[in-house]
Amino acid sequence: MIEIIQQFFREIADSYPTWNFIFFYDELQWSKIVGGLWMTVKLSVVCVILSVVIGVAGAAMQGSPNKVLRKIVAGYIQFFRNTPPFVQLLFFYFALGQFTPTYSPDGWLEIPIISNVGWAIISLSFFAGAFNVEIFRAGIEAVPHSTQEAASALGFKRLQIYRYIVFPLALRVSIPALNNNLVNLVKTTTQAFVIAVPELLYQSITIWNDYPSAQNPMMVVLFISYLTLVGFVVIGMNRWDRSMRIPGYGG
Amino acid sequence: MRKLKLLTTTTAFAVIAALSGAAQAAECDNKTWNKVMNRGKIVVGVKADYKPWGYRSADGKLVGMEIDMAKDVAAKMGVDVEMVPVQSSNRMQFLEQGKIDLMIATMSDRADRRKIVGIVGPNYYTSGTNLLAPDALKLTKWEQLRGKPVCGKQGAFYNQNVEKRYGAKVVAFTGNAEAKQALRDKKCIGFVYDDSSIMADLASGNWKGFGMPMPTEDDNPWALAVPKAEQNCVFGRFMSGMQYNWHRDGTLVDLEKKWGIQSTAFLGKQNEKFSDWIK
Repeated sequence: MIEIIQQFFREIADSYPTWNFIFFYDELQWSKIVGGLWMTVKLSVVCVILSVVIGVAGAAMQGSPNKVLRKIVAGYIQFFRNTPPFVQLLFFYFALGQFTPTYSPDGWLEIPIISNVGWAIISLSFFAGAFNVEIFRAGIEAVPHSTQEAASALGFKRLQIYRYIVFPLALRVSIPALNNNLVNLVKTTTQAFVIAVPELLYQSITIWNDYPSAQNPMMVVLFISYLTLVGFVVIGMNRWDRSMRIPGYGG
Repeated sequence: MRKLKLLTTTTAFAVIAALSGAAQAAECDNKTWNKVMNRGKIVVGVKADYKPWGYRSADGKLVGMEIDMAKDVAAKMGVDVEMVPVQSSNRMQFLEQGKIDLMIATMSDRADRRKIVGIVGPNYYTSGTNLLAPDALKLTKWEQLRGKPVCGKQGAFYNQNVEKRYGAKVVAFTGNAEAKQALRDKKCIGFVYDDSSIMADLASGNWKGFGMPMPTEDDNPWALAVPKAEQNCVFGRFMSGMQYNWHRDGTLVDLEKKWGIQSTAFLGKQNEKFSDWIK
């Protein structure tokens, strides 16, 4: 069966020189695509989780009575939200990368403890996290002040109010905007290409550089892959949104 | 009913016309050539990061051996020239999409590339694969790269060879600058690249303590390219003639000298092969 499929795509490549689906009959190219897809999935999952954690923590710190803490969060948001992720990746990997501890397996190489994948995760998580802080802040501000006062009157402390009253309500308001940002984050993982993280775009371009005839098929693979990945995120977020719905609260 | 008949006949004619049109398209319509001539300007895709073949001078102008070649092409056609910087990973697409009319961009002549763009002979240059690596590592054999991180550049065909044959882990960056920076930062043990370009880098004096330790591999001729449809038409034939004459009158050997490139045996041999029998 596999031979028949491989033969089929070989014939297509022979008759249509710009539609060489090489990954269907060349094992090395196939492994590149699978590896790239896996790296993209890993990057996406880790960055989504970290960025949400950063968002929640950041929004909590923004509501803190400590002025210094609030300033730090504000500074962080300004820096990460107002610079392109592309530039951040280059800056982290090449500039900050020089100051991180390294180890040397052969006496010359200086392998940084934080690899390019590590920097991609850090940079992309903080980038999306900055937006998440603002998204959660908007959600928190949507919780009526009277609700918080009522909680306070019941004897809740500030952190308790945040944890048990404000955040659960704010989260429900934030989900649509969060959904948008996380979809964006999944797509932004392609920019890790610039510091040679072997994700799907990197591998796709490698393949079409080695086999220019495979460019159109690789474009198709890229589109289908990202549509599928983003589709999973959207479906997941919508399910979550529905399961969290409180009758009578929110739109 | 009558209307339907009319409709079917017109459709049939339209289909026949379209089909015959498709048949004619296989012949020469010299679209690009005519476009260049009518416009009075040829747009050439060249490298901007590949010293000394195509790079930016201190005042930001594109200069280099291939830029000189492109200027000569424009001069012989009697048109103005515009240089468009291209990268290894987009140069063929630029040509396919008509963003450039001609590509002279340090491209190795590979079978797969010939299917996409119109490559015409005789090849104007050649280079092989080597490694820019620190002397301190005392590398001598490609086999020593097994399992080691090696910097590379997206779009080079030999990245895959080095991975397949010697098991090196190629980390391919989008540009030369990033790859070289990673090597200077000691993130890889070498930069796999064209031997001729590495020699130019070493000659520039910016790479003290580095060398080119490997035996050169995969010597591969370079090719310029015209759009695929023009390969066997006026433009393709004209570019063949340009390259032939560059070899014949020693232009390429002179250009190599002008740009301080270590002279290659290939150009000498070609010059000998094509030189005029009447001196």
